[in-house]
Amino acid sequence: MTTVSQDPPKAVAGRLGRGSASHKAKLDWTGWKFIGPFMLIFAFVLIAPVVYSIYLSFFKDQLVGGNSFVGFANYIQVLGDSKFWESLGRVSIFLVVQVPIMLLLALFAALAIDSARLHFPAFFRIGIFLPYAVPAVVATLMWGFMYGVRFGLVANINDFFGISLPDPLSNEWVLASIGNIVTWEFVGYNMLLFYAALRVIPTDLYEAAELDGANHLRIIRNIKLPALRPAIVIGTIFSIIGSFQLFNEPNILKPLAKNTIVTSFTPNMYAYNLSFSGQQYNYAATIAIVMGVATAVIALVVQNRGSRKEV
Amino acid sequence: MKIRSTRRLRRGAAALTGVLALGLALSACSSAGGSAETGNADDIAKALDTETTITVWAWAPAVEQIAKDFEKEHPKITVNVVNAGTGNDQYVKLQNAIKAGSGAPDVAQIEYYALPQFALSDSLVDLKGFGFDSFADKYTDSTWNSVSLNNGIYALPQDSGPMALFYNKAVFDQYGIAVPTTWDEYVAAAKQLHAADPTKYITNDTGDAGFTTSMIWQAGGQPYKTEKSTDVSINLQDAGSKKFADTWSQLVEGGLVSPITSWSDEWYKGLGDGSIATLTIGAWMPGNLESGVAQASGDWRVAPMPTWEKGQAASAENGGGGDAILKQSKNKLAAAGFLQYMNEGDGTQTSIAKGGFPSTVADLNNDSFLNYESPYFGGQKINQVLVQSSKDVVKGWQYLPFQVYSNSIFNDTVGKAYANKSDLNAGLEAWQKATADYGNEQGFTVKTGN
Repeated sequence: MTTVSQDPPKAVAGRLGRGSASHKAKLDWTGWKFIGPFMLIFAFVLIAPVVYSIYLSFFKDQLVGGNSFVGFANYIQVLGDSKFWESLGRVSIFLVVQVPIMLLLALFAALAIDSARLHFPAFFRIGIFLPYAVPAVVATLMWGFMYGVRFGLVANINDFFGISLPDPLSNEWVLASIGNIVTWEFVGYNMLLFYAALRVIPTDLYEAAELDGANHLRIIRNIKLPALRPAIVIGTIFSIIGSFQLFNEPNILKPLAKNTIVTSFTPNMYAYNLSFSGQQYNYAATIAIVMGVATAVIALVVQNRGSRKEV
Repeated sequence: MKIRSTRRLRRGAAALTGVLALGLALSACSSAGGSAETGNADDIAKALDTETTITVWAWAPAVEQIAKDFEKEHPKITVNVVNAGTGNDQYVKLQNAIKAGSGAPDVAQIEYYALPQFALSDSLVDLKGFGFDSFADKYTDSTWNSVSLNNGIYALPQDSGPMALFYNKAVFDQYGIAVPTTWDEYVAAAKQLHAADPTKYITNDTGDAGFTTSMIWQAGGQPYKTEKSTDVSINLQDAGSKKFADTWSQLVEGGLVSPITSWSDEWYKGLGDGSIATLTIGAWMPGNLESGVAQASGDWRVAPMPTWEKGQAASAENGGGGDAILKQSKNKLAAAGFLQYMNEGDGTQTSIAKGGFPSTVADLNNDSFLNYESPYFGGQKINQVLVQSSKDVVKGWQYLPFQVYSNSIFNDTVGKAYANKSDLNAGLEAWQKATADYGNEQGFTVKTGN
């Protein structure tokens, strides 16, 4: 048995010519040379920081008393930290409300542009995509000015129509206002993702469907949507990660709404403020690790469910 | 040995009062590198005659010029002035550099409220080692008290911010409102003004930790006490804190304060068009009004800060700070020389010329300073009001050894009361709890309440 199973590789090697051990080693090195630069950068920018954060998370450095090893104490503290849970709850609400709205809008836009019924589809495509090219910081500042109830767009609308819109940066509305900014920013990106997936569907499928008497809605339901499935899964995973990492928008709006956007508004803001204004680097690292694991788990679940072959 | 050291002291005193450069001729025993944490005037003078580069982190506008003048006087010293951010931004960087063990400057500007945090964490040099404790009489009591921590001197005061009531006289005249002298009158004026014109407010306030602590200070509150540098007690419901919160809640709950954040564009606009009628703020404000609110020139006046009892003389410090030498510095002697020049020597005049309100007694009592008639304030001798305020500062105030972080979470807690227009006392209690939690977390022993 063993000889039989070992034979084919030898034969292959023999056919290629020199089946010597040294050549085999050379082949191995070629692979490493290709992957080497990637591994180096990967180790430097991903593995090393993660390992260092895990290392940090087992210590506690105090202003009084200095640095000491505390085992899992930081993790236990995170699990009982109401500020952490509040911030996680906030981004979870954001996730379940904002992400579906954004993805549906993106889907609608992609289908509309792909339908070939629009005049100037390229104009719409670039128009919807353009906000993605605006840096998040600039976009947030811009929206921040528009949200102003005294000098901004909201103030102008109120003055013009003699009405009183609710303050977009008040306690009740601030999360929705941030959702609006994020949606504006990322609809175009997701649309492009979906649009690209639609473009690779062979057109003869549409012809066949039309011959069978299928209308447009039918084609969308039975051809386009199933073909879009992988793209939707990818878009969802990106959006989940983006929601859990929410930071730029609330952090930039904070000076405009300092009493409603607290320092622990999102998990990332909480970790940031703990480390950079509270010098609690160890605890911040712990939060980062916990959030990283949580995000990875949820993303994995979505991926598994999304790519499961049904029907 | 004894004879020698007294001789050195005497020599030091001579050099301090006179020209530093004279010290060149005298030979004292000190390391040439200047990394020593102690030294007399001779040692400092010697260090200033050695090729050295020192780095200064400061945002006060006068420091650039002071550094240039200093370099002219001491050609072997190069002073690198870096603006590493204003206030909290700089403290974050400073704290990170201290933690990293390198990268901190030789000298750093630190406001009074933040000083305990750096001094008690053993990051700053005790300036007693350079004999700077002998300057005590040169500074106002309140500023000297702010830099005297734990039996050491951890900074030399640069400016101060005794509070006063800045008010828009044009608005007060228009509605026939008397300038308030007590806080009860202030609340009444707030109601009267807002009723007369709903677009006008007595002041703006969206929750400001520095303002709140200064107001509690004036009300006689002493919410923070630190003993043995790690035993901290916090009571933001003591009599003074309550007095402030009860009164100020009336303004917040009644929507009588403009919801505009200080230092924003809207704020400057409001100060200019009369919709923000008063500011209770530090004596460093006139320069900001002149440059930021030029269109209201002639409208504004300065009055003593309203008090809690009629006829009482009481004020508090708001802002202001000094400069400290970092333990990390490798050129402490040269840094001490620069520090002395900047905040005790000729540099003080530059600071005043650039709009800083002095902390030095001699400058405060200078006739031309006191009798200066400010054209912006309609020719009022504003410094007489402001200097009087510096004499009336209530004694005994202390900040927390982690005030910087505590202030950064003020709006998380007290801010909620502002957002909901509700009782500030509840906000102060939440702030106290969050602050105490942080202190305990950092290894302090924090006691709350009475």
